Amino acid sequence: MRRGLAPAPFLAPGILFLIVFMAIPVGLLAFYTFFKRGRFGGIVFEFTFDNWVKLLEPLYLGVILQSIGLALVVTLLALAIGYPMAYAIAGLSPKWRTVALVAIVLPFWTNFLIRTYAWILLLNNAGWVNQWLQGLGITDEPISMLYTPQAIVVGLLYMYLPLMVLPLYASLQQLDPALREAATNLGATPWRAFRTVTLPLSIPGALTGCIFVFVPAMSNFVIPELIGGGKTIMVGNLVRDQFFEARDWPFGATLALLLTILLVLVILVQTAVSRRLTEGPRRG
Amino acid sequence: MAETTATTNPSTTAMRELEPAVRPRAVRKPRGILVPLWIGYVFLYLPILVVVIMSFNDSENLFVWRGFSLRWYPELFADEKIMQGLGNTLIVATGATAIATVLGTLLAYGIQHYTRGGLIRAFAIAPAILPDLLLGIGLLTFFSLLSITLGLHSVILAHAVFATAFVTAIVLARMANLDPSLEEASRDLGAGPVRTFMRVTLPQLAPGIVAGALLAFTLSIDEFVIAFFTTAPTQPTLPIVIYSMVRFGVTPEVNALATILLLVSIVTVIVAQRLTRLTGTTK
Amino acid sequence: MPTTRRIIAAAAGTIVLAFAATSCSTGGGGDEIDPSADITEQTLTVSIWADYSPEDLAEQFEEATGVKTTIVNHTTNEDIVAKLTASADPGIDVAFVSGQYAQALGEQGLLAELDKSLIPNEENLYPEATQLPYDEGNVYSEPYAWGTTGLCYRPDLTGYDPTSWNDLLDPKPELVGKTTMLSTDRWLSMPALKAQGASINTTDDAELEAAKAQLIETKPTLLAYDDTTFYSKLVSGEAAMVEAWDGWCNYGIAEDPSIKFVVPDEGADLWVDTMTVLESSENKEAAMAFINYILDPEVQTWVAENILYKVPNKAAMEALDPALIESYPTLGITVDELMEQEAIIDLGEDSLKYVDLNAEVLATN
Repeated sequence: MRRGLAPAPFLAPGILFLIVFMAIPVGLLAFYTFFKRGRFGGIVFEFTFDNWVKLLEPLYLGVILQSIGLALVVTLLALAIGYPMAYAIAGLSPKWRTVALVAIVLPFWTNFLIRTYAWILLLNNAGWVNQWLQGLGITDEPISMLYTPQAIVVGLLYMYLPLMVLPLYASLQQLDPALREAATNLGATPWRAFRTVTLPLSIPGALTGCIFVFVPAMSNFVIPELIGGGKTIMVGNLVRDQFFEARDWPFGATLALLLTILLVLVILVQTAVSRRLTEGPRRG
Repeated sequence: MAETTATTNPSTTAMRELEPAVRPRAVRKPRGILVPLWIGYVFLYLPILVVVIMSFNDSENLFVWRGFSLRWYPELFADEKIMQGLGNTLIVATGATAIATVLGTLLAYGIQHYTRGGLIRAFAIAPAILPDLLLGIGLLTFFSLLSITLGLHSVILAHAVFATAFVTAIVLARMANLDPSLEEASRDLGAGPVRTFMRVTLPQLAPGIVAGALLAFTLSIDEFVIAFFTTAPTQPTLPIVIYSMVRFGVTPEVNALATILLLVSIVTVIVAQRLTRLTGTTK
Repeated sequence: MPTTRRIIAAAAGTIVLAFAATSCSTGGGGDEIDPSADITEQTLTVSIWADYSPEDLAEQFEEATGVKTTIVNHTTNEDIVAKLTASADPGIDVAFVSGQYAQALGEQGLLAELDKSLIPNEENLYPEATQLPYDEGNVYSEPYAWGTTGLCYRPDLTGYDPTSWNDLLDPKPELVGKTTMLSTDRWLSMPALKAQGASINTTDDAELEAAKAQLIETKPTLLAYDDTTFYSKLVSGEAAMVEAWDGWCNYGIAEDPSIKFVVPDEGADLWVDTMTVLESSENKEAAMAFINYILDPEVQTWVAENILYKVPNKAAMEALDPALIESYPTLGITVDELMEQEAIIDLGEDSLKYVDLNAEVLATN
């Protein structure tokens, strides 16, 4: 540890900023969860545990579990599709790699709402895909693709796939090719080399990608509304509704906090698993 | 620690690839590996294709095609609300990126050199993984409690929170791979700590800082949820303007907007690439 | 680690300072209304739904009065109300909100009492429009547009003319998957309540339970819940029959004249979109001048022709182009017919019952 420059000027500004604008607001919300709602929103300072108890009602518990389920499916699909993509990009020549990566990120520069409406245009019962299918004579009746939980999964997958590809790519790209070469030199088939060398070493990146997808997928409320037709609601919708429709800030805060706690737990698990896996091969 | 740093905050080592790489090819690719990649790109770009095509739709209603027309483009530029929203978004993104770049770089340096254990690092990166709903609602109640008037400043601050986290993560990842011997050499040759930082460390970090700033900017311009809670009703950002136009379904006008944004970003990337080539690369 | 402690101390100090600084924020607004004030020295900011006013309304008003005017948009009642409640000074002078929200805002003390001497055009309103239950006497609000809710449908796709809410709640087999309902605020429960003969403002638990049960049964038959693009679904043929606000059905009719609208036999609601002046506004005189301007018959006729909604302005409606009414029959719904419907009022604490009802219906699979 060098003591050439005292750490304070480096750490203080950022930490201070985050304390004021992140820790305190979140702490405030946590504080609010123990009080009652005002008639028109806002807080009435009467202490209560009601908000936390309310979470256990079957209605809310059901929505939470359903959100977890949907987000998990999205994450697994993102992994299944994103892994080959990341692997392919890692194998490109440097020039093409840059192009490929930029191409992954570029969609983020167009507004997500507009892209969502484009999906609606494509997939609705009178939409382009159905028109093509019927025009080509493949189907007689339109296939119902929107306004279902499956559609929500596709919508979320579309939004967050890049967030899976990038960390996976980074992880794959850092792998020392010497390890793989050693494996093949020792007689392993390419598939075996992949399975025993590349795959395990890429797991930390994969887990990071999973977090980056799972977290926002859980709290998204726009996709369930537009692409799900409002028929399947997720935690994000609940939080939004509690805040705006019910004007129940304390309960909205409780839901948001629960969501956060869940995600923190998931991340802790991920870090622990990741650490075990990275240390594993080295001990061998 | 270097390795775990790189692997657990790697989303952004990807950005390192914006500079020509010095690494040898990582893996030998089996045949057909590009197929899933192409399928992925089709998936990602299909709606964008739709957006571009429909921007030429001669109809008020987005969902029904009524013929080719260029009329939405001039209408777009005449639409004050959209232009204002765009302006606000750019201001917010620039402000947030500026704050985040400074704070994030400092934080990354401080964390790398002066901390043990991951607590401060986790704290600095936390905003990147907190649900946006939580941050948005938290900041709204915070500003409300302190009777702070909402405005572009409140959004800039809100965006700076998560942007800082991303910049910190990227710069940290970059820092983990720096060669410490250069700094040592500089010190051995008599340069003071500040001078070393400015003349040796900072230039080496530059690509990481640029990458972080770029990511922060990108995330800010399309960010909806946090902005939704922290904007003043009179100063919406672009995503919010678009959201408010949704009442009548989306007209092709917003598609024209999206198409132009797409063109602008492509041009920007190409220009940035050319610039990095011209100014030479850093190791 | 001493450094950490120092950092925390610094943080605490900053927070204390921040509190001190901001707790001295000015209360803003709240000044007495001065009828003789020169409004050309004031500026005006109006918040309204997108595309719910003629495009150059701001320019026209500025030309007529010299007041610099900006129009901003909000997406829903809930959003704007939340911002108005949470923000000390939202920077808005006139807010367009639905009646029951004006009632809530008024009770919160966030709205300024209207000075009728500044709004002489109020006399152009139908007498009924000054006695609406959410704000009797128009103390805090003046109505801008009003209407009812019903079934908007395509006869060629339904094959018949629906007449009851049950046509939507319990659709014919061939219409399953081709209907939508509104899911926002009170409009989700309204069809079910009306179908069972209950009041739309009821707080009776048994009635609400029954409505909820019906709505849960209806849900699997729906294509989607849609508050904004239901008319496009009719035009494209995805849907055959939708729950719709009468004015909004006109946007569908504009694209496909075969579309029809009907108020079911059981009756529906009377909703009113109103104009309010915020207590925090520092331009109250200009704000009221704006409201007065809208209530001018010529202006409100222009509004009606532009947004295709009925306005509560007697003189304006009588001046409406008959050809327009022929194309858009909902514009011809008479005041008497409207008054037969139930006006939506704010239910105070009991509103939560409706929020819970909505949540349960939407969350059930």
